[in-house]
Amino acid sequence: MMEKIIFGRYLPSDSVVHQMDPRAKLLFIFAFVGIVFLANNVMTYALIGAFTFLIVFLSKVKLRFLIGGLKPVLLLVLFTFFLHVFFTKEGDILTQFGLLTIYKGGVIKGIFISLRFLLLILVTSLLTLTTPPISVTDGIESLFGPLKKIKVPVHELALMMSISLRFIPTLLDETDKIMKAQRARGADFSSGSISNRVKAIIPLLIPLFVSAFKRAEELAVAMEARGYKGGEGRTKYRILRWSMRDTMAMVFLVVLSAALFILRSY
Amino acid sequence: MNTIAISIKGVSYQYPEQESIALNNVSLDVYKGEWLAIVGHNGSGKSTLAKMLNGLHYPSEGTVMIGGYALNEENVWAIREKLGMVFQNPDNQFVGTTVQDDVAFGLENNGVEHGVMEERVYASLEKVGMTAFLNQEPHHLSGGQKQRVAIAGVIALRPDIILLDEATSMLDPLGREEVMDTVRELNEKEGLTVISITHDLEEAAKADRVIVLNEGRLYTEGTPQNIFQLDRELLNLGLGVPFAVQMSQLLTDAGLHLSQRHFNEEELVSELWTLNFER
Repeated sequence: MMEKIIFGRYLPSDSVVHQMDPRAKLLFIFAFVGIVFLANNVMTYALIGAFTFLIVFLSKVKLRFLIGGLKPVLLLVLFTFFLHVFFTKEGDILTQFGLLTIYKGGVIKGIFISLRFLLLILVTSLLTLTTPPISVTDGIESLFGPLKKIKVPVHELALMMSISLRFIPTLLDETDKIMKAQRARGADFSSGSISNRVKAIIPLLIPLFVSAFKRAEELAVAMEARGYKGGEGRTKYRILRWSMRDTMAMVFLVVLSAALFILRSY
Repeated sequence: MNTIAISIKGVSYQYPEQESIALNNVSLDVYKGEWLAIVGHNGSGKSTLAKMLNGLHYPSEGTVMIGGYALNEENVWAIREKLGMVFQNPDNQFVGTTVQDDVAFGLENNGVEHGVMEERVYASLEKVGMTAFLNQEPHHLSGGQKQRVAIAGVIALRPDIILLDEATSMLDPLGREEVMDTVRELNEKEGLTVISITHDLEEAAKADRVIVLNEGRLYTEGTPQNIFQLDRELLNLGLGVPFAVQMSQLLTDAGLHLSQRHFNEEELVSELWTLNFER
């Protein structure tokens, strides 16, 4: 089950998309979220859909893998689709069973909105699939850098993000260990009523919290001992490089939005 | 050999809101290039001393001089560049998401330029034999490997002194050996001054000089040879004498003529099985 969820996972590869600057990818996604809403007819949806599949193709992520991983989200898409089909009352009546009347406008709207939803999910999951989490953090830190001028602690937030990412596997291991230890003492996590199961989690969470705080304290001491004194005067080991490829992607995006604008009114 | 790297004079320290005194009028010198082991059981004050050497505590009384700087809040960052510290828990000192990021962390903090940083990260990982793991994430490394990365992170800053605060106590025997071998090499080849704080006398046996702390006071000082002669006394302080030392003592008592008291089992075994060859 867990292996199939792709949200937040990174798939190493050497594709063009992988090699892009994380800042370009982030900007791209911010823009894409807006651009998707420009699509309003068959032509524009076809264009933006084709564009999305081009990116998927370029990223060398297997389409089957992508769809398989998005299954839980697809249910949600399907749900949105039917919501629109049943509740939009526009255009000609298609069919009628009992109380339910299905309108043509509803079906069209349902298709468009679930398509929009799907495209957004595809593109955002491509971001995490093609960018290591640490690069996403670096990209965010760099993009939001100007906010430092208005006293937003951008560096601190980025460091917090990267430390959290680094400790996820450590804490998962620890949870596993505590779970085994509590099982050895007779704890039961997998049977009984829901309220019993929730109660069974408490002896798991408390030791986990205690140890996480202890870790945090030790980490803080270790960081201080290694000369950490805040973002001031700090250099960066990871350097983001904006290349031609990234500029091209931005240009491409502008062309796409222009095309969408023109096709919109057809 | 006898240039003083650290000089501690009449240092006392008491934790806030605690009655007992953690360090009581301790004076000692650490010489450049030596390997000094500071041993003592829990609560002997050795960890307090370690933290003090890195400016995580300041002495209530007395003075600490490290590499020509007096320990105070002004000099503390300069001192942290001279003295690097490796802590006990391998996980809780690993800051970066990958090996190279972690080694670079200290360099980033000190504002080292990018080009220099890349060179130093690689060079330090080479010294601890971890270059093959450049892009590994910490949870794929063993405890010993993580501690070697921590050492690389310390030496990347080119300190004069490396302080190991129980750095091997959470490792398995293999990891312990790995880390000690790395430290020995740095001590011999790079002339790095090593202070290892430990309750493991086998680790202390590798040092040039051993200092025993007890209840916040300096109990005794000497070469590992001298210290292990104390035998019973050490046991009373809550420190176990290594098995090889006990065994060679018992064998000598039983009338066997050994060339020396052995610190490690391998040496003892090889002397035992070659003992009668010359006859």
